[in-house]
Amino acid sequence: MGSVIERIKRGNFWTFHGGIHPPEQKFLTTDKPIRAVSIPEQLILPLQQHIGIAGELQVKVGDKVLKGQALTHSMHPMAVPIHAPTSGTISAVKNAVIAHPSGLSELCLFITPDGEDKWRERHICIDFNQLTNNELIDKIASAGISGMGGAGFPTQVKVSIREKIKFLIINAAECEPYISADDLLMREHSPSILDGINILDRILSPAYILIGIEENKPEAIKVLQQATAHNEHIQVCVVPTKYPTGGEKQLIQILTGQEVPSGVLPSSLGIVMHNIATCFAIADAVINDIPLIKRVVTVSGQALKKPQNVWSLLGTPVGFLLEQCGYANKNKKHIIMGGPMMGYSLPTDQVPVVKTTNCVLAPSEQEISSPYSTGTGEIECIRCGQCSDVCPSQLLPQELQWSAKAKDQPQLEKLNLFDCIECGACAYVCPSQIPLVHYYRVAKSEIRTQKQLDIKAEHAKVRFEARKERLARDKIAREEKHKAAAEARKVRMNSGTPQAKTEKSAVAEALARVKAKKAQQTKIGDSVTADHTVTPIDVEQKSQVSAAIARAKAKKLAAQQNIPTEKSVSVDTTDDIAIEPVNDKKAKIAAAVAKAKARKLTEKSNDTALATNKNTLDDNTVISKQVEKSVDDKKAKIAAAVAKAKARKLAEKSNDTALAANKNTLDDNTVISKVVAKPVNDKKAKIAATVTEAKASKLAEQQTKLEST
Amino acid sequence: MAFWIASSPHNHVQSETSAIMRLVIYATIPGVFAQWYFFGWGNLIHISLAIITALVAEFTVLSLREKNIKAQLFDGSSILTAVLIGISLPAIAPWWITVIGASFAIIVVKQLYGGLGHNPFNPAMAAYVVLLISFPLQMTSWLPPLELMALPLNFADTLSVIVSGFTIDGYSVEQLRTHIDGYTMATPLDTVKTNLTLGMTIAESMESPVIGENFGVGWEWVSAGFLLGGLFLIGKKTIHWATPFSFLASIFVCSLIAFLYSQDSNASTLFHWFNGACMFGAFFILTDPVSGATSVKGRIVFAALAGFLVFIIRKYGGYPDGVAFAVLICNMAAPLIDQYTRPRTYGHNISPSKSGNE
Repeated sequence: MGSVIERIKRGNFWTFHGGIHPPEQKFLTTDKPIRAVSIPEQLILPLQQHIGIAGELQVKVGDKVLKGQALTHSMHPMAVPIHAPTSGTISAVKNAVIAHPSGLSELCLFITPDGEDKWRERHICIDFNQLTNNELIDKIASAGISGMGGAGFPTQVKVSIREKIKFLIINAAECEPYISADDLLMREHSPSILDGINILDRILSPAYILIGIEENKPEAIKVLQQATAHNEHIQVCVVPTKYPTGGEKQLIQILTGQEVPSGVLPSSLGIVMHNIATCFAIADAVINDIPLIKRVVTVSGQALKKPQNVWSLLGTPVGFLLEQCGYANKNKKHIIMGGPMMGYSLPTDQVPVVKTTNCVLAPSEQEISSPYSTGTGEIECIRCGQCSDVCPSQLLPQELQWSAKAKDQPQLEKLNLFDCIECGACAYVCPSQIPLVHYYRVAKSEIRTQKQLDIKAEHAKVRFEARKERLARDKIAREEKHKAAAEARKVRMNSGTPQAKTEKSAVAEALARVKAKKAQQTKIGDSVTADHTVTPIDVEQKSQVSAAIARAKAKKLAAQQNIPTEKSVSVDTTDDIAIEPVNDKKAKIAAAVAKAKARKLTEKSNDTALATNKNTLDDNTVISKQVEKSVDDKKAKIAAAVAKAKARKLAEKSNDTALAANKNTLDDNTVISKVVAKPVNDKKAKIAATVTEAKASKLAEQQTKLEST
Repeated sequence: MAFWIASSPHNHVQSETSAIMRLVIYATIPGVFAQWYFFGWGNLIHISLAIITALVAEFTVLSLREKNIKAQLFDGSSILTAVLIGISLPAIAPWWITVIGASFAIIVVKQLYGGLGHNPFNPAMAAYVVLLISFPLQMTSWLPPLELMALPLNFADTLSVIVSGFTIDGYSVEQLRTHIDGYTMATPLDTVKTNLTLGMTIAESMESPVIGENFGVGWEWVSAGFLLGGLFLIGKKTIHWATPFSFLASIFVCSLIAFLYSQDSNASTLFHWFNGACMFGAFFILTDPVSGATSVKGRIVFAALAGFLVFIIRKYGGYPDGVAFAVLICNMAAPLIDQYTRPRTYGHNISPSKSGNE
């Protein structure tokens, strides 16, 4: 560790692989101070402006809020609250396009400022040294601070690290072209920044504090060096300008020579990195009790008349800032949020500034003449390897590109696609102008989606297996239970108690009955064969037997009917009488069928919501009712069923052609059906009825056809 | 109001593949100039012929494949291939050699495999090998340097020889190749190889008029021209230094070991460097990114293997030079080399010295 500091003191830094030197273009904004812009007419605050989860909404539409008032709240460590940037009224809570590469919509709070800019009550802390670490962390958490360099990781998580910290690295590299927000902030607010660094020093108590800054910011370097001159603990490390030096992993490698292992946070190496703007926000939050409600945004690009750094309230629409800086383009707008390397173009200028917005870029056509739209466009990769020469993660962009195009996900993971930091260096140098980063983004999201599907499938499998197991278990349990019950019964029966005896006797009786029945049956067989040879003495006995048979038959019938036909179970019932209730039963079945049909019909009619059909359907149901009533005999019922089916068909047809004029026709038809259904007394009448019905339906069909044509 | 949506990064270095190709073509100028100076108009005529053939072939295939002809025809890759073929042919080879070579390179080696970026072999060298094997007589009819020729050879004569096989005055190719002293000329590499089989030592071969004072009359300057062009390309970062460096170092080491082992039967290292297609291959052929290895480590292995093969073929093979064969063999090995020379990704397999426990 000491050797690291010695090297740093000598200005002898490590280097990372690759990197590029795109035109810096910082001169556009570095010569002007940070400007305060007025409050816009409307502020749009996305509930989530960082990596993690959004807090719960604490206000509702119409509420008056004061400047600095918390609008969301959550106890979750990955949730960061948002605050009202100025006083005003909540005018809406709705989805709006947010600052996201895909132009995603998310829940946003709309605040109409009242222009008073009235603060909530504030508690200025004169000496933060009197606060405990937990109080400091609480203040940082409740101020809603998340990393302001780009990723937006909740700062409270990064300050509550339990590990022993060797190096606290303050990232002031600002390697993206155009952006000078941190540069200006350092030049104008170095005391506050230093306070922020001291607060972090208090909380994390690192062995050393390293401020990494690129050498292209001489004024900021001077200011920082003066501010830290008396403090041996803090080292200002002036590193060579190279993109992407400001990447967390890259800066760690430059300053300490260590690589952060893949998939691990730097804190495992005893390193924590905070952005310089975050330090300023921490100081503001702890000392002045100002939550994160504004930030410095570089508004730059040659399409602007007055490119400048501005103090922008969070939630300010980008269009407002551009307007303030003299954006002339009226139709062909190309607005980038972030720098030209990693920023994303915006679908609308109503996208608000959020906690991670460090730059709004409005380039002229000549400045960023995107080769994707004006040049020859993407051509085949010639494997020149320039991309892998510049890749800071030492990946093989050209091989990744092929695998991404081929959707070869295992190969992509083997080539460590997920170590790509999307810095854009490969696509920047690609002579074939392949939008490499775009391919990687797509491939990454595809792999993520696939993984989620895999997890779901795995869960489903586990569920299925569990169910199968449960069913098997239940089956075994059931069998066991039955077995146990049977055994218990056996034991009980053999126990000799009176209860057991009665049970036993019941079983014995049942057995005896079965035996008697069997004997009888065989006797009947015998008696039938021996009918002619019987002696007159047996006649009486025989008659008795036949009576018994008749009784048995009646019983059987009754059983079949499954209805309380006590009357018919008299001893002297004949077969004819027995048939009567059977028919009754059939009639009932037919009626049930008819009812089911009628129900179906009404269901169908519900689908087509036509008022005119109602009548028809009512009629139909009436028919079914009448049909039920009039079922005198079996045949009649069958005929009725046929009639009903026809009526239904008719109704269906009428439903299909949704013409009001059908009403009459249908009514007529139903009248016919009614007439048909009522007098079904004999077969002939019914046949005639069906014929008329058929005719009527044909008529109706023709009519509907006519009407539909 | 239209918003222009694009994926990051938004700015671009503004380099284009066609610009790279153009630069490589420009870099051949010193070498081609030396060829013209020492061996006459032959190669320039072949280059022109090859370019025309290549463009026609490319146009035909692109239209058959229904590709964007305007964008792809003049991306420079086919012209570069044609230039490389034209340079590598003997100056007075018949016209149809060039036509067959350029057509084969573009149609078969490049387009049938999928066009730019998809060819596993270097088109120029594959065409050269096909010609060498199919037409050995025409492909070895090397001309002696002009200063050693018995007959004068101007532009019209050269054109006539290439088209009809005879000069305007009616001299044949064989007669043209005849030395002032009356015997047929060969290249320095050829001379050394033939003499060795005749039992002569290297020192005796070096007395040959073709070799002259240094390593070969004319040839040394042609090689120097390509070296110059190659250094220009490295300076422009168009080609990576690793490939030519590794290739030349490999030949140097191989030939040095052989030379130290037996000075009588092995030519010097610089003789190897400045003869045949060594410099040409090092800077213009092996550096073809499409058919080569991609990582720095891979390129070093790739070119070192090529250098070793060139030496082996020159020393033991049936042909006096072996750059084309070596390149093709290495092209085949390139995917394998790539497979085993992948760089270590940041944050993976960190060596203990880098893991930070200092």
